[in-house]
Amino acid sequence: MTAVLDARNVTKHFLIGHNQRVQAVDDVSIAIAEQEIVGLVGESGSGKSTFGKAILGLHDKTGGTVTFKGETLPQQYGPADFQRYARRMQMIFQDPYSSLNPRMTVGEIVGEGLRLHSNLRGREIRDRCADWLVRVGLQADHMARYPHEFSGGQRQRIGVARALVLEPEFVVCDEPISALDVSVQAQVVNLLDELKSSMGLTLLFIAHDLSMVRYVSDRMAVMYLGSLVEVGRANDVFFRPKHPYTEILIGSNPEPDPASERGRVSTHIRGEIPSPINIPPGCRFAGRCPKVMDVCREQTPELIPLKGESGVDAGRQVACHLYT
Amino acid sequence: MSALLTVEDLRVEFDTYGGVVQAVRGVSFNVEAGRTLAIVGESGCGKSVTVQSMMGLIPMPPGRITSGSAKLDGAEILGRTRIDGTSIRGAQIGMIFQDPMTSLNPTMTIGAQIAETLQVHRGHSRQQALARAVELLAMTRIPEAEKRAAQYPFEFSGGMLQRSMIAMAIACEPAILIADEPSTALDVTIQAQILDLLRDLQRENGMSIILITHDLGVVARMADQVAVMYAGQIVENGAVDEVFYESAHPYTLGLNDAMPTNNPDAEQVLTPIDGSPPDLFDPPKGCAYGARCPHTMRICGPNNPGAFDLSPSHYARCWLHHPDAERRVDGITYREAAS
Repeated sequence: MTAVLDARNVTKHFLIGHNQRVQAVDDVSIAIAEQEIVGLVGESGSGKSTFGKAILGLHDKTGGTVTFKGETLPQQYGPADFQRYARRMQMIFQDPYSSLNPRMTVGEIVGEGLRLHSNLRGREIRDRCADWLVRVGLQADHMARYPHEFSGGQRQRIGVARALVLEPEFVVCDEPISALDVSVQAQVVNLLDELKSSMGLTLLFIAHDLSMVRYVSDRMAVMYLGSLVEVGRANDVFFRPKHPYTEILIGSNPEPDPASERGRVSTHIRGEIPSPINIPPGCRFAGRCPKVMDVCREQTPELIPLKGESGVDAGRQVACHLYT
Repeated sequence: MSALLTVEDLRVEFDTYGGVVQAVRGVSFNVEAGRTLAIVGESGCGKSVTVQSMMGLIPMPPGRITSGSAKLDGAEILGRTRIDGTSIRGAQIGMIFQDPMTSLNPTMTIGAQIAETLQVHRGHSRQQALARAVELLAMTRIPEAEKRAAQYPFEFSGGMLQRSMIAMAIACEPAILIADEPSTALDVTIQAQILDLLRDLQRENGMSIILITHDLGVVARMADQVAVMYAGQIVENGAVDEVFYESAHPYTLGLNDAMPTNNPDAEQVLTPIDGSPPDLFDPPKGCAYGARCPHTMRICGPNNPGAFDLSPSHYARCWLHHPDAERRVDGITYREAAS
């Protein structure tokens, strides 16, 4: 399987003065195959969104490379680069309230990409927009309305239509469902799944709802404080987590089943995610890890393929000294 | 067990430019002492308005409580602020909110905000109140409570702010703690800590909790009793096991089918609920869920179903439970099966 998108050692630091740097994303490598959905999970502040934006060029990368279908993407995007890649790579944003321009009609929002990146004009653009609004479950005559006239779920679908109208090959979905109600989440998730098969989409699906990510994704990547700690097939990672952080994360996920909740042994995690400013060496999770060893505080563990159970854990990678 | 809080036929309306919104349309429920009631529903179903009206937090106008009663230990609290000289809000019922970042005063130290509650409701001196605030912060497991009490909200993380909110809400040892989406803004690991804390505090001081949430996972973890709300009404109410394992309303089933369950052996396909909730400016005459329900019958359009009892603690508002209803729907638990 060849990777559509191959991110190698992507790093994004923000300098905030006083010689301090926020290490938002540090040395993250992941390859995403054609028509694959990779779910990226982690707590807020773990760098998921920053990573998603960095691979699309919405943030300049501090280091590392991203290759898209064999083409190396620029370190820092200029207007021409956006012009060139926006057709092929798109993003669905997290907040359906702040990511749509309130002064533009839905038709203008969805059609803007076509105006800038295609040869379609006037009526053709309108037809294409109408077509997409219907595909995402809205109506063609919604084009003349403004975003404030829609509910959160409807806005999110406008965001989906906006991103997909150009029929991109790769889409970063940044928490596309967390602002939505349960019944609507399923609509958006099923829509993405259907479009994946009909358009051959490849997706990076960023979310913090672990059950939903397991359901949606082929593979799951767990991020903590700017680094990947575990990658593997979604079901393997969810049902047989290896990294102590993944174990705790999944152990904290409430299940809609009272009997299993009553039988739950609470896996406590002490403290909260530390500041990503000037991170000390060693494992980033060492301060909160229940299985911490001396070596964890000195050496940073690398993300390496898990040895041993080759059959079950094909493609599993873990960054933890327990497994080195 | 006798009910600590009894709410009956609560109706709340709001005047807006678009007309009158009927946000809560005849809600009744009981909360028992030392137990947790979860009110579940999607945004806009009226779950927050229901509890806000008990707390006197509905702005009037434009809001209006048109009917109903809420009795705490036998005393009416709707439309009042005090019973027997003690304030209801803060002293008898405590409340924590979804967004701890915006619910605290940024210009006061955390300790002073907690102390203020005690000074107002308990007549503590400033000194006494501050000392108690430190104890309360320690009770909610905030490390270095003394140092933290002197800090401002911006120096706290989201999880720590929610702990401080809880400390403030339980300062006067209320009989009921209302938690309106207490963990929605938090990460799962922090959510687990906050939910554990609420449960431990309940065990220690025996307060009742009304938990408002849209997350069925949180409900499964926390609740004894569950009320499912839809379009301003409770459509199903029962003990937690009854609502999850013997669901009797198509909406409850719909919510369950729309959520991924983590069963490694079952391939699940999520079934969204088609359509959207009705417009509460002009709520439908019949069953509010009728337009989205896969099992609608002719009667559902013109007639709103009453509550059909399935057990002494479990009812559902759905015509499927009427003895004359011919349809037997898979997944719905009927009275014969339940008894």
